[in-house]
Amino acid sequence: MELNAIQKNILKEVAALESIPKGAYNIRANGQLAGRSNSANIEITTKTDLPGIDIRIKPNTKNESVHIPVVLSESGLKETVYNDFYVGDNADVVIVAGCGISNCGGQDSEHDGVHRFFLGKNAKIKYVEKHYGEGDGAGKRILNPVTELTLDEGSSAILEMVQIKGVDSTNRKTVATLKKDASLIVRERLMTHGEQSAFSIYDVALDGENSSADVVSRSVARDNSYQKLDLALKGNAPSKGHTECDSIIMDNGKILAVPSLEANDTDAMLVHEAAIGKIAGEQLIKLMTLGLSEKEAEEAIINGFLK
Amino acid sequence: MLSLKNISFDAEDENGKVSIIKNLSLDIEAQEVTVITGPNGSGKSTLARIIAGIEKPTAGNISFLGEDITDSSITERANMGISFAFQQPVRFKGISVIDLLRIASKKNLGRGEACDYLSEVGLCARDYVDREVNASLSGGELKRIEIATVMARGAKLTIFDEPEAGIDLWSFQNLIGIFQNMRKNIKDSAIMIISHQERILEIADEIVVLNAGEIEKKGRGVLILPKLLKSGQARANCGRAINKEDC
Repeated sequence: MELNAIQKNILKEVAALESIPKGAYNIRANGQLAGRSNSANIEITTKTDLPGIDIRIKPNTKNESVHIPVVLSESGLKETVYNDFYVGDNADVVIVAGCGISNCGGQDSEHDGVHRFFLGKNAKIKYVEKHYGEGDGAGKRILNPVTELTLDEGSSAILEMVQIKGVDSTNRKTVATLKKDASLIVRERLMTHGEQSAFSIYDVALDGENSSADVVSRSVARDNSYQKLDLALKGNAPSKGHTECDSIIMDNGKILAVPSLEANDTDAMLVHEAAIGKIAGEQLIKLMTLGLSEKEAEEAIINGFLK
Repeated sequence: MLSLKNISFDAEDENGKVSIIKNLSLDIEAQEVTVITGPNGSGKSTLARIIAGIEKPTAGNISFLGEDITDSSITERANMGISFAFQQPVRFKGISVIDLLRIASKKNLGRGEACDYLSEVGLCARDYVDREVNASLSGGELKRIEIATVMARGAKLTIFDEPEAGIDLWSFQNLIGIFQNMRKNIKDSAIMIISHQERILEIADEIVVLNAGEIEKKGRGVLILPKLLKSGQARANCGRAINKEDC
């Protein structure tokens, strides 16, 4: 299946891909397979029971990447896709997902991606997920991603999740369970504008001794948009956990941050930080003394904040 | 270069109106370093903020390079050539040192050039150029980055509000070197420094002493400084008042 110009543009936005990626990949466009490649160590197969794919990464696979972008350019398309990643022991890979919707029509387009990660002992992944929406049709662009991580002993996952533009409604859920010595780092960047709403819910369980999690969400709510950030952390063993919601509100934006910590072990050290506020006046003034207009200063601050 | 005419600034506190600056007139000349000194609360920082456009004077006029800028915005003044180094530099999450230097210089500054500015303020450039200007930087580091930023602007008038505040003694020597260098390369520009430090006052061509919002003394540095030292109004690096008889 050949990708058209709109689809190529979306691909560029969500996966920084100008052309077909090197290594293993699976491109899904408008609910169909648009391209797939396996490598010697990474095998992608279509699920037989549900829509979606299984990605199997062999133990000890190093320095390889998997791209699984999704592109929706038809109005009215609604799909739920289940992608399971089995990452072998000691593997160290980069996984780039991302979904872009271009909806110029009148009907809602929706992609709900359910990603499950099963990390073997001492496996490492860096997972990059970018969401993007465009198109001026009345139809909404809806993305409801679910990310579930099961981290075996000594494994680690770094998640970079970005949704900056154009998605009307999102309800994202990230669930993780960590065994001994496993670690999870999450960096979420979220911006909502117009009448958008975004829910981001985390549920992280530190089950194993010496496991650790660091979840940092930075978000900006502009115009009349609404965000709810719900970060729950459970320390069920001697472990360390840190969550942080750092948000800027502008215009009539609204943000509700609901942090929760649950310590079920005396040696669980859990910390939460939350801050919501408008851009500090001194920051604007500083950049204005460097010659930026107030609007330009605002953009520079937000771009930096969401970088 | 800069001319302040009958500037007054009033603020409100719980007891009502307070006059911070009282009918003050002052000229800042090109090719000179002017140091404004005076006790805490004398209105020095307010004066600097009025010149940068951050505060609006209650009365009076300001002209810069012959143009009336009394009603000009912060941005307009910055683009005309007024630069302002904050006493307490602002931190930014996510904005890196090189980003800030690029905004300041108004060009896509190369890493080499950015590093030159940082080296000049005594920072090991490679370690800092990509650092975020956030809470991970110490007060002294931040202050040097602030100075590098205003240097990158290459403005006609650069105002430093207490550059020594928050800088340790070791860095202070370096800071003096920076100002001596700037003095040497001043060309057609002007530098205004708010400071209490003897070593900075020594660099001054002109010294202005403010007290309670008014100019108490004003004149050539070489003439004014000895009097200030005698009266104990200037301070040594340790922050203690210098009184020659005590030394």
